[in-house]
Amino acid sequence: MKRFLTTFTFWKVTAVAIITAGLYSTYIRFFHGLGASTNLTDQFPWGIWIGFDVLCGVGLAAGGFTLAAIVYIFNIKRFEPIIRPTILTAFLGYLLVIVGLMFDLGRPLQIWHAIIMWNPRSVMFEVAWCVMLYTTVLALEFSPVILEKFHMTKTIKMVKRISIPLIILGVLLSTLHQSSLGSLYLIVPDKMYPLWYSAYMPVFFYASAIAAGCAMIIFESFISSRAFKRGLELNLLTEISRVCVVMLGVYTVMKVVDLNDRHMFSLLLVPRFETYMYWAEVIVGVFVPFLLFSQKKVRQSPNGLFIGASLVVVGFVMNRMNIAITGMEGWSGSTYIPSVTEFMITMMIVTIGFVAFYYIAKYFPVFTHEEHQEDHAPAHAAAAWKHDIESVSRSMAEIRN
Amino acid sequence: MSTSKKALLIDLTLCVGCNACQLACKEANRMQDPEKEEKSLSATAYTALEEYDGVFVRRMCQHCEDPTCASVCPVGAFTKMAEGPVVYDVEKCIGCRYCMQACPFQVPRYEWSSTYPRVQKCVMCHERVAQGLPTACSEACPTGATKFGDREELLKEAADRLAAEPEKYIQRIYGQKEVGGTSVFYISSVPFEQLGFKTTLQNTPLPQLTWNALSKIPGVVSVGGAMLFGIWWITNRREEVREVERAMRQQAQSNNGKNNEVKS
Repeated sequence: MKRFLTTFTFWKVTAVAIITAGLYSTYIRFFHGLGASTNLTDQFPWGIWIGFDVLCGVGLAAGGFTLAAIVYIFNIKRFEPIIRPTILTAFLGYLLVIVGLMFDLGRPLQIWHAIIMWNPRSVMFEVAWCVMLYTTVLALEFSPVILEKFHMTKTIKMVKRISIPLIILGVLLSTLHQSSLGSLYLIVPDKMYPLWYSAYMPVFFYASAIAAGCAMIIFESFISSRAFKRGLELNLLTEISRVCVVMLGVYTVMKVVDLNDRHMFSLLLVPRFETYMYWAEVIVGVFVPFLLFSQKKVRQSPNGLFIGASLVVVGFVMNRMNIAITGMEGWSGSTYIPSVTEFMITMMIVTIGFVAFYYIAKYFPVFTHEEHQEDHAPAHAAAAWKHDIESVSRSMAEIRN
Repeated sequence: MSTSKKALLIDLTLCVGCNACQLACKEANRMQDPEKEEKSLSATAYTALEEYDGVFVRRMCQHCEDPTCASVCPVGAFTKMAEGPVVYDVEKCIGCRYCMQACPFQVPRYEWSSTYPRVQKCVMCHERVAQGLPTACSEACPTGATKFGDREELLKEAADRLAAEPEKYIQRIYGQKEVGGTSVFYISSVPFEQLGFKTTLQNTPLPQLTWNALSKIPGVVSVGGAMLFGIWWITNRREEVREVERAMRQQAQSNNGKNNEVKS
């Protein structure tokens, strides 16, 4: 207990320190401009606020629509215990993407222009609308958690009535949004290094987002089980890791076919910086987790799941950063390394995400399952719980052996 | 007022590097500090002369026929005018800098030091052009290296010059076909790739690439929506049927129980 307290205070102190540094950086950004706060240039106009905060923020929120589709569209109700924290992760992810955009946009107060000044030929226009609409959908999907806390049963019923159209809309918007982030880069065929540039980037972005979204579900469950000292839904996470490994496989096949079609295999052996970064991304984010997750033993062990999922997340971030930064440096003839200010603001945004998740999960019924449910629900939960214990003891036995 | 398409022809063999174009440009566009000479494009220089081994290359916006910047801007801040200029409306701009990221010629510049920055690039003196005047740079050019005129006529003239002196000129009009054609043409006696030009650009307009993806949205939404609804309907129906069957089984069991009781 004492040790828990000390580590907890350590994290609190770290969070406060990061947010303080972030607030100072925020001041520099808004009172001295982008030139004073970033290392962006005319040759390199998009940095980590786009590469990490937006591309990764949206991608890592993909668990939200994936799990919503599993539970509500495919009616696989046993995944219900993890739907709320997943939707919360996605919702916070999207809110923080908007926060990140407010830092990155040169004229953030005009952000609403996209609502009335239309340009349907622009991918950025599509992205803007997807962000607006899907954030609204996520707010509605998450609203029962808030409403329950205040016992607003009538409003909950209203939200529930529109839940299926809402979920379908959410899945569609996510599909468009995840892929459109890849489409953003279709316009730079000459600028992006050919290992990454492909006409199928929208598809790759979509597939990798689903894999990373699954990994985030596992990652987030593991962290919260530690932070809140609650059990791990091991059997559910095992199944999620199976979805993840299938998506990684599909992704790999598509990437190989694409490299072959474009006759780019030889680039994989060219000794230059892009090649090393490409291999790093593929080995960390695809090959190793694929090998790990294809083994039953790993899928059924909490630590195995956590390590595999972390690798997928890290590899995913590397992929997006490679596309946004590494792949664009060569042509622009300039190197970009984020400034301290840029880095601190990104750190602050991530920290706010963790802190917000912690407090919302602490004070709202995120992890407690709904009580007033249909009759068969408790039986389901009990069965799932029993299954949980069985699989935990099984994996424990395996570990002991 | 003439609405025929205008363009600029820049003959690099005639340029002596006097920088009159930049000065005239700064004055016409009311830049701060118009006397300051700049060696590359910036937020205060819509045009600049770069020197490559004694050859001066005048950089400026190409004013594409199908401008990438206009297609990528989420709020439509860029417009291609009928007369040829690609212009920018700062009142619409949200500052996402997608135009800078996307421009195949790397032209737009940003006011990085401002807290309320604008994108800056040549606007082909569109106000003067609308009045039937030439651009300030072409008017200022003492050697005729930059010539303003009707797009078709200038293209013809460029071709004539290449044909008249085939030994002198590289047989290429840069800007004629690049990314679907532009409104600024260069001819040169030195290969373009040695002068910092992007010579590997494709001939189809870049907006086509993103449109390939964007045009699939209606299909994804309608087919995807129908599919998701269909899957939901089936899985939901299956659940309902299972529910009813379970209820019937329970009823049957309790009935059996009663019958047994009666028998015994």
